[in-house]
Amino acid sequence: MKVLVPVKRVVDYNIKPRVAADGSGVETQGVKMSMNPFDEIALEEALRLREKGHAQEVVAVSIGPQAAQDTLRTAMAMGADRAILIRTDAELEPLAVAKLLQAVVEREQPGLVSMGKQAIDDDMNATGQILAAKLGWPQGTFASEVIIDNGSAIVSREIDGGVEVVSLTLPAVITADLRLNEPRYASLPNIMKARKKPLETIEAGSLDVDIAPRLKVVSVSEPPAREAGVIVESVEELVNKLKTEAKVLP
Amino acid sequence: MTQSPNDAQNTVEREEMAFDVVIVGGGPAGLAAAIRLRQKNPTLGVCVLEKGSEIGAHIVSGAVIEPKALTELLPDWKERGAPLKTPVSEEKLLYLTKQGSIPVPALHLLMPQMDNRGNYVVSLGDLCRWLGQQAELFGVEIYPGFTGAQLHIEDGCVCGVITGDMGVDRDGNHKSEFMPGMILRARQVILAEGARGSLSQDVISHYKLRENADPQTYGLGIKEVWEIPKENHRPGFVQHSFGWPLDNHTYGGAFLYHFGENLVSYGFVTALDYRNPWLSPFEEMQRTKQHPAFRPHFEGGRRIIYGARALSEGGFQSLPKLTFPGGVLTGDCAGFLNMPKIKGTHTALKSGMIAADAVSEALRSTNPEAQTYQERLQNSWLWSELYEARNIRPSFSKWGMQLGALYSGIDSMIFRGKAPWTLHHPHADHQTLISAKEAPKIDYPKPDGTLTFDRTSSVYLSNLSHDDNQPVHLKLRDAALWNEVNEARFASPESRYCPAGVYEANTRDNGETYLQINAQNCVHCKSCDIKDPTQNIRWCPPEGGSGPNYPSGM
Ligand SMILES: Cc1cc2nc3c(=O)[nH]c(=O)nc-3n(C[C@H](O)[C@H](O)[C@@H](O)COP(=O)(O)OP(=O)(O)OC[C@H]3O[C@@H](n4cnc5c(N)ncnc54)[C@H](O)[C@@H]3O)c2cc1C
Ligand SMILES: Cc1cc2nc3c(=O)[nH]c(=O)nc-3n(C[C@H](O)[C@H](O)[C@H](O)COP(=O)(O)OP(=O)(O)OC[C@H]3O[C@@H](n4cnc5c(N)ncnc54)[C@H](O)[C@@H]3O)c2cc1C
Ligand code: SF4
Repeated sequence: MKVLVPVKRVVDYNIKPRVAADGSGVETQGVKMSMNPFDEIALEEALRLREKGHAQEVVAVSIGPQAAQDTLRTAMAMGADRAILIRTDAELEPLAVAKLLQAVVEREQPGLVSMGKQAIDDDMNATGQILAAKLGWPQGTFASEVIIDNGSAIVSREIDGGVEVVSLTLPAVITADLRLNEPRYASLPNIMKARKKPLETIEAGSLDVDIAPRLKVVSVSEPPAREAGVIVESVEELVNKLKTEAKVLP
Repeated sequence: MTQSPNDAQNTVEREEMAFDVVIVGGGPAGLAAAIRLRQKNPTLGVCVLEKGSEIGAHIVSGAVIEPKALTELLPDWKERGAPLKTPVSEEKLLYLTKQGSIPVPALHLLMPQMDNRGNYVVSLGDLCRWLGQQAELFGVEIYPGFTGAQLHIEDGCVCGVITGDMGVDRDGNHKSEFMPGMILRARQVILAEGARGSLSQDVISHYKLRENADPQTYGLGIKEVWEIPKENHRPGFVQHSFGWPLDNHTYGGAFLYHFGENLVSYGFVTALDYRNPWLSPFEEMQRTKQHPAFRPHFEGGRRIIYGARALSEGGFQSLPKLTFPGGVLTGDCAGFLNMPKIKGTHTALKSGMIAADAVSEALRSTNPEAQTYQERLQNSWLWSELYEARNIRPSFSKWGMQLGALYSGIDSMIFRGKAPWTLHHPHADHQTLISAKEAPKIDYPKPDGTLTFDRTSSVYLSNLSHDDNQPVHLKLRDAALWNEVNEARFASPESRYCPAGVYEANTRDNGETYLQINAQNCVHCKSCDIKDPTQNIRWCPPEGGSGPNYPSGM
């Protein structure tokens, strides 16, 4: 089986995002970019499936500008066998990403798509679900455990207040949640080897997919600064403040 | 030699790789050395280790830079798109009193060192990112996110560098993703770790390289980057100050540069040979912004980046022996900064280039020591520049700020740096504190949240990444010694000089006091390693990629 892992290049999770001075979006100029953390987890899971003998090949795919190559090199340094860059400078929404991924799936014919539950930049939590629908494949979202057994995947899903276990017939789409695994580090020799692994570039325009945006961003703003707290002298004062200032008590 | 935070690390099986040259540190010195090596011999295997998550992630500087060394390294830097975009357009040096300021007139005559015509205001982090790309074009292999944790020594000769282990938990156990560090063998190791490098410290003590030199002295630079309204921005405006708020025994001052797209780089350098344990370099930096000479520059702006870093101030007298069997010291970890100019970038670049020349010659011989390094340095402009500047910094420690300034004017104008004497640095910085009881307390104003801030909200803007579950990289060798000396005599000075709020004097339920170390806040400035009065605190590199992630503009 081949596993396809979509990986997104996003603003590094350690960076505090800053809204651009004109309020048009988040500042990305000269900001450190890395692989979406949930995608690292999805990739780790694919690598473990290969190590257990369930998969023979792990292919990483990213959709984005030329610089997304760096993310794909990281994926290969962690252990992906090869990588595909769907190159575009356009702003993409989950629907467009899913359509492009669908085109890649049709070409590569993987037995499993292992992807992140969400990307930490736009926080849509949508691409995996749309892709599964477009392909007509079963989906196991928010996965915290994946067991491959005889042509199906048993997926434990993190849901409110518990775990739901579903069985999917392969091929399927799985989206990774935080607790699925601890991704490995890329070692120095593997970073070196990754420089020689194959990275294919396909122009998004050549895939005959409509990627025009459907949404318009009206404005982006920073959360309001937290106001300084006060120390109250007595319970009466607290109750009074809750009534008159915070207005949370009648 | 250096024990990594996890002392058990010597027992694991390590993979090996071999290079001709391994360079530790991807700052200006290391990157210049790397480029120069491949320019001289494109077949050399050259590897650069950088502890930051990317090149530039740990760089803090002013920076007004002199382009001369860069022009020698890459004469076509303009065509290659180097980020030197803001030439210095206007310059002021101010002596501050509490409310007033006196400009030093005819600066270029009186203090020729401070003349910045022809220089550029840059983000040194961005310059390093660009230098890293250039180095890769020359075929250098750069590995960000990997620390040089230990030197690999065989038969008395440095034969390589051991990278830090990854995936070790707080107690030293291996986590599921454990990855042991590797031995990177090298025929020559170039240390370019910047001020107070951890491997540099090891090598200096192991090979006794400081025997014929003064102690190194340091300053702590704390910096903020502000974005200000376009109408207030004066690209290329450069201002330095001395005097208020520091007392006459404390060397230091503020800098403020307008550059880039509506950015202002503001910072404050405090010499770490200060005496008063109540002094807080962080709060000196904060309160100087309130001075009428600085305040208007921040009007309507917002602070976007915060960081701190030590710089080497000792200069010529403090240069250790620069070679050892198997390697050399370059840049700030050797101490090439020119203090009267407050510039170490051009000297770091130049020392890296000269080191590369000497190292590539040594690779062709059987001598394990790059012996021509010293001689090549002595024949370069770098040496005469540092020699001429040598008396300025020590004169301030000797006679205080006002007489020091007077002496400096005379030394520069009359002797032009060629005075027939050399002033020395009698103390290391950790020896200068007086007891807290004798020293005057300093009353710092409370932060207002718009112009002045506390440490917590500041460190937030350093974009720290530090997996909590790893061995503590700030080691207190003897906890009782902290109670006896730091607490009893100096009232816990580390809780004031640490710019990141790592150290807190705390009390346990049973009334015992102890030093709490919030290692995950550390911005790698190295001040604790320098200033701790009994050298009881030791800074070791944490897991690769930990620490600040300074963005573009820093
Ligand atoms: C149930 C739920 C719980 C939540 N809980 C939390 C919480 O606890 N904490 C919190 O902070 N937020 C939480 N959120 C908010 C949230 O995390 C997000 O919604 C979000 O992350 C999604 O980003 P995205 O839309 O950009 O893409 P998504 O559609 O979420 O992307 C999913 C995946 O698609 C793939 N992909 C997307 N774009 C590309 C590309 N260009 N190239 C290749 N692959 C790509 C990647 O594999 C990616 O991981 C929650 C949301 C939901 C719905
Ligand atoms: C606040 C401030 C203002 C300054 N202003 C100016 C100015 O205006 N003009 C000017 O010319 N100079 C200025 N300087 C000085 C200048 O920044 C330094 O002299 C210069 O950066 C030194 O270069 P370097 O390459 O030796 O070291 P650094 O720039 O410190 O670079 C060292 C690199 O090595 C890495 N490293 C260290 N140890 C290890 C290890 N063990 N393993 C892996 N990586 C490691 C570090 O992360 C860092 O990236 C200023 C400095 C400061 C702090
Ligand atoms: S702990 Fe030490 S090195 Fe880290 S920020 Fe504080 S003083 Fe600097």
